[in-house]
Amino acid sequence: MASQDMGSKAVRPAHDGAERKVPTWRAVLARIMRVREAALVGFILVVSLVLTLLTPTFLTTQNMRVILTGLALDAVIAVGMTMVLVSGGVDLSVGSVFACSGIVVAKLFNLGLPAWAAVSGAILVALFWGFFSGFLITKVGISPLISTLGVMGMARGVVYVITSGRVLAGLPDGFQHIGQGTTLGVPNVIWLAAIVVIAGDFLLRRSRVLRQVFYIGGNERAARLSGINVNRVKLGVYILIALLCGIAGIMETSRFASAISPMGTGKELTAISACVIGGASMAGGEGTVLGGFLGLFLLGLIRDGLILNDVSVYWQQLIQAAILVLAVAFDVLTRRRRRV
Amino acid sequence: MVQERQESGSNVALEVQGIWKAFPGVQALADVSLQVRRGEIHAVVGENGAGKSTLMNILSGVYPADRGRIFLEGNEIVPANPDHAYRLGISIVHQETSLCTNLTVAENIFVHDMPTGTGGLIDRVRLHAQTQQAIDLFDIRATPETPVRNLSVGQQQLVEVAKATACQCKVLILDEPTSALTDHEAAILFDRARRMKERGASVIYISHRLREVFELADRVTVLRDGRVVGTQDVAQTDTAGIVRMMVGREISQLYPDKAQERGTPILEVRNLSYGDRFHDISFDLHRGEILGMAGLIGAGRTEVALAIFGALPGATGEVLMEGKPVPIDSPEKTIELGISYLPENRREEGLFLAMSVQANIISAHLEAFAAGPLMDADRERQEAQRFVDVLSIRTPNLAREVLNLSGGNQQKVVVGKWLSTAPKILIADEPTRGIDVGSKAEIHDLLRKLANDGMAILMISSELPEVLGMSDRILVMHDGRIMGTLPAAEASEDAVMSLAIGS
Repeated sequence: MASQDMGSKAVRPAHDGAERKVPTWRAVLARIMRVREAALVGFILVVSLVLTLLTPTFLTTQNMRVILTGLALDAVIAVGMTMVLVSGGVDLSVGSVFACSGIVVAKLFNLGLPAWAAVSGAILVALFWGFFSGFLITKVGISPLISTLGVMGMARGVVYVITSGRVLAGLPDGFQHIGQGTTLGVPNVIWLAAIVVIAGDFLLRRSRVLRQVFYIGGNERAARLSGINVNRVKLGVYILIALLCGIAGIMETSRFASAISPMGTGKELTAISACVIGGASMAGGEGTVLGGFLGLFLLGLIRDGLILNDVSVYWQQLIQAAILVLAVAFDVLTRRRRRV
Repeated sequence: MVQERQESGSNVALEVQGIWKAFPGVQALADVSLQVRRGEIHAVVGENGAGKSTLMNILSGVYPADRGRIFLEGNEIVPANPDHAYRLGISIVHQETSLCTNLTVAENIFVHDMPTGTGGLIDRVRLHAQTQQAIDLFDIRATPETPVRNLSVGQQQLVEVAKATACQCKVLILDEPTSALTDHEAAILFDRARRMKERGASVIYISHRLREVFELADRVTVLRDGRVVGTQDVAQTDTAGIVRMMVGREISQLYPDKAQERGTPILEVRNLSYGDRFHDISFDLHRGEILGMAGLIGAGRTEVALAIFGALPGATGEVLMEGKPVPIDSPEKTIELGISYLPENRREEGLFLAMSVQANIISAHLEAFAAGPLMDADRERQEAQRFVDVLSIRTPNLAREVLNLSGGNQQKVVVGKWLSTAPKILIADEPTRGIDVGSKAEIHDLLRKLANDGMAILMISSELPEVLGMSDRILVMHDGRIMGTLPAAEASEDAVMSLAIGS
């Protein structure tokens, strides 16, 4: 069956010396996959260096803990956002679902429910929103952008209905301790983020079910014709991200011992920026959890640096958004080079 | 029209000198030089990966050459982009349609020069009239306002040709233009090409269908592995001669031997219908046979295939496999049962262009390469390598994005993907569209071997020689109905065609 050698130069896959070829191929693939992450680590090192020179207090354990604690819950959300982006969609409702769970857990506590009931209730609310988004997207056929935009508004609306604009506090100590406490010297929120990020990265790379998400994002029609149950996988992804938002929202309420109506506002922009900087494509089919985390870390470093250097908070938004634009531009330009 | 023998300057419409072009891992063109005369139809043929499309992309401004020069009517040109090339007078119809599917026929055909009226606004009346002219000329089944996405692949191809010939170009490049056209549509195309020749323009015609080359072209240039093997007057050579130049060896037999006897029925289709696309389709498919499905484009063959595969929800009727009813509401279930569908449109329905060869080959049944819930990279790689070897897929490595492979190799990847599921029934929809002689023969041999090993194959093809050469039986459809079934012994071009046009 194999046709004779056409005399062409660089094109036959060599299987003489197969042992030699396998590590080379792996190294090439690893190199391709790591390019974005390596570039990010590089940027992070450069930024850290600059900030260390500018501010002596930058490179201290205390400051690092502040940075990581600050981005921990965003990291949990970003894990879900990476998967949604890989599937070719987007989720604008993350901040609102985060808030809804955070508010509901506080409200349920205020109503006198025991911890397990309050937390379960808040989780169920998050799962509901995720299911609702997924339903709109897969069964009704509304685009993810519009569907999650709608949920963003509806979930936030529910938040205001529940709170009537008031702050919810008066939470039991045991509950507060979860978000505020440390285990083995490391804040619990950081533990949560670490577990979710590491598990998320591993599963997205290796799990069979999540591998399907890449195919769906790459070419949804071809995925369907390849036997992938596109609707089921997409629904699962939107439920998963909502679950992560719910957990993060509950942790936030625990950490601040209170829940306020505007909590979580803007988290969708942070999550999307982080993931795109990390290599996820808005077109779908590409992205890693590790990249998303590194993107978030870079953004966190920069924000921390701005604060330490007394840069007005009004500049922060401009600078962070500018970084996003640069990241997307870099992404698009490098993509174009690859295309024949 | 008398042609000068010498290649004097005034006679040459387009000339390339010493063109080199490399892509990562592949030297696509090496020292290519050729001349196209005024008023000539010049065919360019070559195997898969020989460099034909690369050369055409350079001429039409899609990307620049690494080295070399291009002369149009004696003046050196450097096409910076497709629009620039178009304005210089080089117009191209690509192998894969490049229309804006969200726009209308009119908007696509006149994308380069919209007729404008006062104030630079689009003159819709003239646009409509001119588009209607083009539609009539090419017998396109659409109105100027029809969105292109509603048209079949064949009709889109005609729109593409209308778009390319809308200008008064000096050189028209047709890259595999008839791969999606019926014989009737192709005849229209040839007529247009000859008209262009009469008014002194030149046509560069790339095709794997050597019959067309002999029918249409004045001269033919053969490329092999990025180099020019030679240029001949068509009148002074024959199919065997060209094939020899293309592959460097003889192809003694064009189609493999057919099946000696027929196996038991494995698939029974009963009264399959879907809206106004097809009615009351019933037939049997036997183990070990290749059942060809012939018909004009638009006859409904692909829709029937999709319905059997479970990708056409809403289709009514029954499909039985090995006597048991098959649920045809999702491809997931039919794939599990052992039915595979090789799609007509590989880029849109078969491939994940931004993903690697390996990722594509395993995509139809990921669970086979998983250990429990996790994917097993070694098994993935082994399977991908197996098919790269078996199908002679030309790629520098398994990690290469299939976007970067030539059309024929992309098709082989899709074939590999489906064969990986070890189907009992394979529905192959135009399996060798846009593929060269050498690879076509490989795929034909492969299909016959699979059938001999017991697979049942339903092969949809619009290439009559292929249908006649490969099929043990031929099912002919017209306008959504089966007109007849011919055993190989009774099948001839006339017999099939007369059923296909509905008589």
